[in-house]
Amino acid sequence: MNRKIRIATSWLDGCSGCHMSFLDIDERLLTVLDKFEIVYGPLVDAKQVPEGIDVALVEGAVSNQDDLELIQQLRARSSLLISLGDCAVTSNVPAMRNPHPLGKILERVYIENAQADQQIPANGVPPLLRHARPLHEVVKVDLHIPGCPPAPDLIFHCIAELLAGRTPNLETRARFG
Amino acid sequence: MDRVNLKINGQPIQARAGQSLLAVARDNGIDIPTLCHLDGLSGVGACRLCLVEVAGVGRLLPACTTPVQHDMDVRTDSPRLARYRRMILELLFSERNHVCAVCVSNGHCDLQAMAQSQGMTHVRFPYLYPPLKVDASHRRYVLDHNRCILCTRCVRVCAEVEGAHMWDVMSRGVHSRLVAELNQPWGDSQVCTSCGKCVAVCPTGALAEKGRAVGEMQKPPLHLTDLALLRGGLS
Repeated sequence: MNRKIRIATSWLDGCSGCHMSFLDIDERLLTVLDKFEIVYGPLVDAKQVPEGIDVALVEGAVSNQDDLELIQQLRARSSLLISLGDCAVTSNVPAMRNPHPLGKILERVYIENAQADQQIPANGVPPLLRHARPLHEVVKVDLHIPGCPPAPDLIFHCIAELLAGRTPNLETRARFG
Repeated sequence: MDRVNLKINGQPIQARAGQSLLAVARDNGIDIPTLCHLDGLSGVGACRLCLVEVAGVGRLLPACTTPVQHDMDVRTDSPRLARYRRMILELLFSERNHVCAVCVSNGHCDLQAMAQSQGMTHVRFPYLYPPLKVDASHRRYVLDHNRCILCTRCVRVCAEVEGAHMWDVMSRGVHSRLVAELNQPWGDSQVCTSCGKCVAVCPTGALAEKGRAVGEMQKPPLHLTDLALLRGGLS
């Protein structure tokens, strides 16, 4: 295939650590750079999710309304959707709020523990969903790469396998945490 | 001594009567995955990971509590068993709040390692997110119910090796909880000797030493004799 593989990356409710791990692939990225282009995500400038994505690598849990809309859009426009890292795979740290009622958490953070300007933010921020959820509870996910973050070697292995036209087998290679 | 002849994975094996399938398999170099088993403690079949297929028996049997019998034909590994083992692990992860990334036992956890070795890459069941307590009332140790898989290793080591029987399990099913004495704060226990055996045998981060940060709670594999001598402090 001469056409470059179109990869999108995205970052929902996460810490960007998985993207850092992706960048930690370092110079090995150069060896495959002629085979793919990054068409969307925090590493490039595109403002809108383009059509015709081959592979979407998504970090972070689905925690608010914006996350939900973005992941649905990415799913609809990607052939292959990959959960990248524990937040996307298990909802991880973002889900530590899940056992507690949302209203109580917001009150605790923005009223009880606020030094000044005590108010629950409502303008300009997307409303939180009741639970932070792993991607596969919201949309169909084709591959899961656990890890907090997944090791650069593991991410590179996946990308290299995909570029070679194979489905990466991560069983027993990847660990949570 | 009574000898028993049986087959495990097609291999003819001789065992002593009364031995468990798990013990015989491991004696013969056949590993069966377990989380609740610990050599020297009684077998209880709590984690169900050691389920095996026995020809002529319609259901799967836990190897740790099934005694060997003449002419048994046992399979310890099959696509069906792999599927069930993965399902069991996923259910364990979905039932409580196992957040490996921020757990004291990250990197030294039997549950985490088992998930990896059994090829679990995600949990297909919906997470329950139960609101669970952390009991930090003990001077030296902490109990985090979020990480407990109810293997009851702590219950058994406390009762059978230390002889204190401070731990037990209350309620049923998904409401089951580890309790100190008759459900009181651990630190208030009159029975606890603070020996640390329960912490040493806990396969996850549910029982840990205080003051440990993420990934700092290492529990060295202990033999029964080391455990019996343990008097507080793992390091």
